[in-house]
Amino acid sequence: MRRLIDRVRGLTVSLWTLIVPPSVWAVHFVFSYLWAALNCAKVGHFATFPLLYVVGTMLALLTVVGAGIVASIQARTPGGDPPHEQSTDSDRLRFLAKATQLLAGLSFIGVVFTAAPVAFLTDCR
Amino acid sequence: MTDAPPVEAVAPDQNDPAVRAAQEARLRAVWKPPSGWFRRWTDVNNNRVGVWYVLTAFAFMLFAGVLALVMRAQLAVPQNDLVSANTFNQLFTLHGSTMMFLFAVPMFEAVSIILLPQLLGARDLPFPRLSAFGYWSFLIGGVFVSGSIFFDAAPDGGWFMYPPLTTRTDLSGLGADIWMLGLSFIEVSSVAAAVELIVGVLKCRPPGMRLNLMPLYAWYILVVAVMILFAFPPLIAGDVLFEMERLLGWPFFDASRGGDPLLWQHLFWIFGHPEVYIVFLPSIALFAMLIPTFAQRHLLGYPWIVLAAVGTAFLSFGLWVHHMFATGLPKISLAFFSAASEAVAIPTGIQVFAFIATLWAGRVVWSTPLLYAVGSIAIFTIGGLTGVMVAIAPFDWQAHDTYFIVAHLHYVLIGGTLLPLFAGLYYYWPLVTGKRLSDRIGRTAFWILFTGANLAFFPMHLSGLEGMPRRVFTYPAELGIGGLNMASTAGAFLFAGGVLLIVIDLALSPTRAKTVRNPWRAGTLEWLALPEDEDWGIRSVPLVTSRYPIWDQPGFVEKVDEGRFFLPDAEEGRRETIVTSVVDARPIQVARLGTPSVIPMVTAAALGSVFILTTYHLYWWALAGAVATLGCVLTWLWTGTAEIPEKPCKAIGRGLVVPLYLSGPAASGWWAMFITMLADATAFSGLLFGYYFFWTVHPVFPKPGFDGPGAFWPMVALALTLASWTATVVAREFNARGHVGVARAGLGIACGASLASVGAGLAGPWTSGLDPAAHAYPAIVWVLAIWTSAHAGVGAICQGYALARSLAGRMTPTHDADLRNVTVYGHFLLFTAVATYLTIGLFPQVAA
Repeated sequence: MRRLIDRVRGLTVSLWTLIVPPSVWAVHFVFSYLWAALNCAKVGHFATFPLLYVVGTMLALLTVVGAGIVASIQARTPGGDPPHEQSTDSDRLRFLAKATQLLAGLSFIGVVFTAAPVAFLTDCR
Repeated sequence: MTDAPPVEAVAPDQNDPAVRAAQEARLRAVWKPPSGWFRRWTDVNNNRVGVWYVLTAFAFMLFAGVLALVMRAQLAVPQNDLVSANTFNQLFTLHGSTMMFLFAVPMFEAVSIILLPQLLGARDLPFPRLSAFGYWSFLIGGVFVSGSIFFDAAPDGGWFMYPPLTTRTDLSGLGADIWMLGLSFIEVSSVAAAVELIVGVLKCRPPGMRLNLMPLYAWYILVVAVMILFAFPPLIAGDVLFEMERLLGWPFFDASRGGDPLLWQHLFWIFGHPEVYIVFLPSIALFAMLIPTFAQRHLLGYPWIVLAAVGTAFLSFGLWVHHMFATGLPKISLAFFSAASEAVAIPTGIQVFAFIATLWAGRVVWSTPLLYAVGSIAIFTIGGLTGVMVAIAPFDWQAHDTYFIVAHLHYVLIGGTLLPLFAGLYYYWPLVTGKRLSDRIGRTAFWILFTGANLAFFPMHLSGLEGMPRRVFTYPAELGIGGLNMASTAGAFLFAGGVLLIVIDLALSPTRAKTVRNPWRAGTLEWLALPEDEDWGIRSVPLVTSRYPIWDQPGFVEKVDEGRFFLPDAEEGRRETIVTSVVDARPIQVARLGTPSVIPMVTAAALGSVFILTTYHLYWWALAGAVATLGCVLTWLWTGTAEIPEKPCKAIGRGLVVPLYLSGPAASGWWAMFITMLADATAFSGLLFGYYFFWTVHPVFPKPGFDGPGAFWPMVALALTLASWTATVVAREFNARGHVGVARAGLGIACGASLASVGAGLAGPWTSGLDPAAHAYPAIVWVLAIWTSAHAGVGAICQGYALARSLAGRMTPTHDADLRNVTVYGHFLLFTAVATYLTIGLFPQVAA
């Protein structure tokens, strides 16, 4: 476990990793929009329990949670003094990881919000 | 790439006042602005271009405000006849368009051009001439669009220009073309500003200012500039389709010929909703600078603010259909957008709470800027709450197209954009002019504005719920909304009185004495600016180790002033700034910056002529303008970019020696190319979306009877593009290894293949006889083929340019920025060609 945590903390963090969770939200959102638009325009209805949609949503949530867990481990990297606002490698890592973790939280809510209508609406009207 | 061999650096003695004075004299000479009645306008320094930009945007705001006053006067009493219905249509269209395109967005760019280099301790932004080009484009396009009302030719279809009202030339006149082409031109200047600001934030930070120490304003600007890259291009794509329909009769939005007006609404609002946040976030960013100053403490929750900025940016792209709730889309689609619209309240709320918490935890100084900030948060919150209401589809169906929406959007924009900008005006005026504005006038104006805004816009909620529709030039007395409208009119004039007071305050400024440096005792870098004008930006580029270096780093201001940090001199007589790495801000280059030149202005005029002449159907003259633009751009690039320095490296102080030339992903020019092409690819995806959108709305698509373009020519064009791309990459690699001859041959082949792909790309729809005016299917195929072929043509010019640079000795194996940037273009061209030719060549077979 210790080794795993160290390995996670050693992962590269950048502006690209920062936007992983919201990008997953964006991809899921486009997926939702296309799924509904294509079903309604080309088929005329969608299934009561749309397997494809549920799997896509689960995948998105798992990715967001995964990114959030990695980020929360990185955000607690030891070293430096509070309030961790120095120009050091560890404080920069902690900041980017913290922001990623928060974005993961927001993205999780975003994906759940987007998916919720599928549980309640059943037709293409 | 250039390796940095060690250079023997003899450090100057910064303790010697004579040394410092000599350095200052050299810096002053290098950064001396051009003088003379004409040459002064060729300046490119951010502190001057930024001020022109701000003043011009402010003037457009006043102009659009006057239009609003005429509207409110017309609506003051029922059945008024002050202006005709036709004039009223022009008034509200131009009011909205001007406020959005000529005030809110340009104002953010303008303020950022002034502030960003100061905030980042840079001498200037990385591409000063690009800023100047953006400004001149904005001025020309803005005057063209807003001046049209004096010729009774202003656009009159609402600021969102819905077809078919606006695409049918019998229903709408020249105004629609003026809107489309004039504002397309301004969108070019916005994308230019986005490139400048993104590269500025990522590459021009002072050493030590890692991402976690960046001022929050810079975070917001980075986020907003990236949003522009993804929001504006879909509108540019829409503009292309729109003008094709108006000028050539290609029926993209004409339902009788297979088009769909909803496609325009999609493309417009994919731009239009993020746009709201594009004008909101930079204003909120001003709070993130001034609130810590007046709370006298660090801002609380720095990562939370970054979360809010980034989160809002993403979510804002999932909201566009909430402007289309009443169009009859399936409810399931509406629900997705409703959900995202509710979710965006979370990050927006977080930043408001972070500001309140900071004030709560600090020792507040109740200054005039803070008064504006707090007042605007109050107004914005009301607008935000009604936003949550209209994000719910069933409520929106009731309120849609009524004055309730007018009230909502004005609360949001006045609270979220205008009043924060006034807060910024009172806060940053001393930075720009060295003088403070009057607290007494400022506070009086604030209360007038605050009262006026509420008196004008609160009653609109009620008149909207009573049933008053938007965009009507009058209303019957029986509706019983005369009193509410009179209140709105009184409020609007009161508000205008407040603005007038601020204008008077600004006008009195030249008569006032200079204030002290850093009058608010702020902690961030921009307040290093001296009240006396110095054009060099910053005396020496500091080493930053805190978010508030003036507060936290001992002796910071003295060290900067005494040139004890980096780049305290301009020995070679060149304008320079430090380029650092993206994440950790390690110094990696000294970049030589563009100097005053007439080229940006001439290029803007040439490009503007293309748009303006097209409006009047003077196509041959427009073509001449396009050729002139190409000539200007090539001259600009040839004489002003990727210059091979006289020595490989330079000492910048404190024992650091960094290269003067970079190429590839470390260089700012490479990033500029990458970012520009990202915007270009987004515009292309807007067109591609059109193709598949038509597929979803038609039971059978392509329409039977339109057989083309076939698979053959698209596949030939794709193969040629692939060959061109491969030859470019081969040229890059061989050039880097010193085989210049092979590289030149590769570039020649690439250029030839690109030109051939232009012909092959157009041959598909041409040989199959697709008539673009007959149906939306042939029209969208033609547009995709023309777009991709035009890009291949530009690709050929790029490759030919790199070849010419190599032949002229301006590009060598170690100085290969041109070729690396052309390769980036090649990657995007290949992506465009793959998407286009697979779609138009193979999709009809798949769909069948």
